[in-house]
Amino acid sequence: MTDSLTIHRAGPGLTLQDMGRPGYLALGLSRGGAADRLALAEGAALLGQSTDLTAIEMTGTGGEFEASRDTRIALTGAPMAAAIDGTRIAWNASHTLPAKARLTIGSASEGVYGYLHVGGGFHPPERLGAHSAHLAAGIGGPLEAGDKIDLGPDDRTTTGLTLPKDSRFAGGTIRILPSIHTDAFPQELCTRFEDTAFTRDTRGNRMGVQLKWDGDGFLPEIGRKIVSEVIMPGDIQIIGDGTPYVLLSECQTTGGYPRIATVLPCDLPCIAQAPAGAPLRFRFVTLEEAVEAERRAAQTIADLPKRRQPLIRDPATIPNLLSYQLISGMTAGRELDPEGA
Amino acid sequence: MTEGDADTTTQTHPRIRTAGVDGMLVSFGDSLSEPANRAALAFRAEIERQGWNGVEESTTSLVSAYLRFDPLHLGHAELKQKLDTLLSDRDWYEAPLPSGRRLWRIPAVFGTDLGPQLDQAAEAAGLTPEQAIKDFTQTRARVQTIGFAPGQPYLGELPQAWDIPRQSALTSRIPEGALAVAIRQLVLFSVATPTGWQHIGQTAMRLFQPEAEEPFLLRPGDEVEFTETDAETLSNMRSDPHGGADRSDLP
Repeated sequence: MTDSLTIHRAGPGLTLQDMGRPGYLALGLSRGGAADRLALAEGAALLGQSTDLTAIEMTGTGGEFEASRDTRIALTGAPMAAAIDGTRIAWNASHTLPAKARLTIGSASEGVYGYLHVGGGFHPPERLGAHSAHLAAGIGGPLEAGDKIDLGPDDRTTTGLTLPKDSRFAGGTIRILPSIHTDAFPQELCTRFEDTAFTRDTRGNRMGVQLKWDGDGFLPEIGRKIVSEVIMPGDIQIIGDGTPYVLLSECQTTGGYPRIATVLPCDLPCIAQAPAGAPLRFRFVTLEEAVEAERRAAQTIADLPKRRQPLIRDPATIPNLLSYQLISGMTAGRELDPEGA
Repeated sequence: MTEGDADTTTQTHPRIRTAGVDGMLVSFGDSLSEPANRAALAFRAEIERQGWNGVEESTTSLVSAYLRFDPLHLGHAELKQKLDTLLSDRDWYEAPLPSGRRLWRIPAVFGTDLGPQLDQAAEAAGLTPEQAIKDFTQTRARVQTIGFAPGQPYLGELPQAWDIPRQSALTSRIPEGALAVAIRQLVLFSVATPTGWQHIGQTAMRLFQPEAEEPFLLRPGDEVEFTETDAETLSNMRSDPHGGADRSDLP
């Protein structure tokens, strides 16, 4: 029998995700895949395996899980409270989940999307060349309590590694390039866009997120007249009422609204992970700066294995601390008592 | 379009633009035209045939071909050079359409509660509902592009009278397989969605079936003719994988 992970309790936004399914753009299907691809790379580094393997993406909150075999797991992305059989475990780290133990994952303390990776990856049935759910297209669907997902073979044993915490879970300054429509926007609008302190609106999902701000909208005169054109994750559309909307991995493939700019792919995880209310600012960069930023981001991912550290257990999380012999050569403890009383 | 506009088009197109750090868009016009759509389809087919290293995916919109590439392994200048060379290789506006195209004859119910906006759309076009249905069934429409949602075609081009705007207020939900009209185009919806297009008919087509052997029915460049049917016949066609449509290869 194939080993599997059983979901006993599922938050509302659990899906299987991978790097998506390129190649169907011309047939109207966007690539999809993990909202935060960097988190997939981090999980792969922690488990010493390929970034192409499939993980569970958890939106805002996790669930309760049990594996049929001893399973290596890694937790990445938006930090969530996690425990094995009630014992708190570290986020951004790899662990062993013993067979039949309960893994519980609670709410995110920051960020939006957390990821549960397993050694060998999840192996659900393949659809159109990938494992990922594409909710907007109706491929796969949210995971539910009672689901069992097949585990891939895993010949490695190392766990107990951690990666330094990243800063992408609380908004920040996002680098943008001009889009195909930017020259149709008056310079004043582009300048104001760069000068505006946005926050992420509550409206958002895997297709995209809406921005919130005080002041006038950003719709240019040409707004209602342009021909529909190819649209990609990262493009910032100005929708009918002047609101900017940043497209994410499950976006539509063509769009008729003008786009003021497009987010660098390496900064998209920061948009996807910005929780509602998080501050966001945008800064235009040159094409050369953008290529350099992508090069550095790719290098950072390549260097992830070098940045792994052994996980140091926090004594507060060791339940049977008193049963450990913490120091050897115990004495009666009177050496510091001058009177010997 | 005036003569002056046509001149401008040939002077400024084709046009190559970067689309983000990892995309290039080759546009053959600023507004939809048959030659621009033909050029985009043919150019993208050639991009696929070339199979350049570093190009990861390509597609077409109504008037453009788009490439996604890896800018760390294929520089912008080098890719632009390749595209320029390919553009000047021939007159893409005169290029034959890609091979492997098919003709679909798709049964549809026009008007009634299955196409509740037929009368108002016909009126906007200055036609009677009967004249409107005649236009929809006698126009051989091309799949100009597939986009927005999986498998969803934009079909055109309808006679000039159909240059009617999209509605400013959205229809809250148009069903899968619905046929809708605006700006001299028909859209056959692959998913239920809100829309500004006017709902004039219904087909039994399920254009995207992720579990099926053939997940996508239509391809860009395919041609479509609609035949009028009634609600009962249409209902019986819903179990057919092609929604009662007849498909033949185009030469």
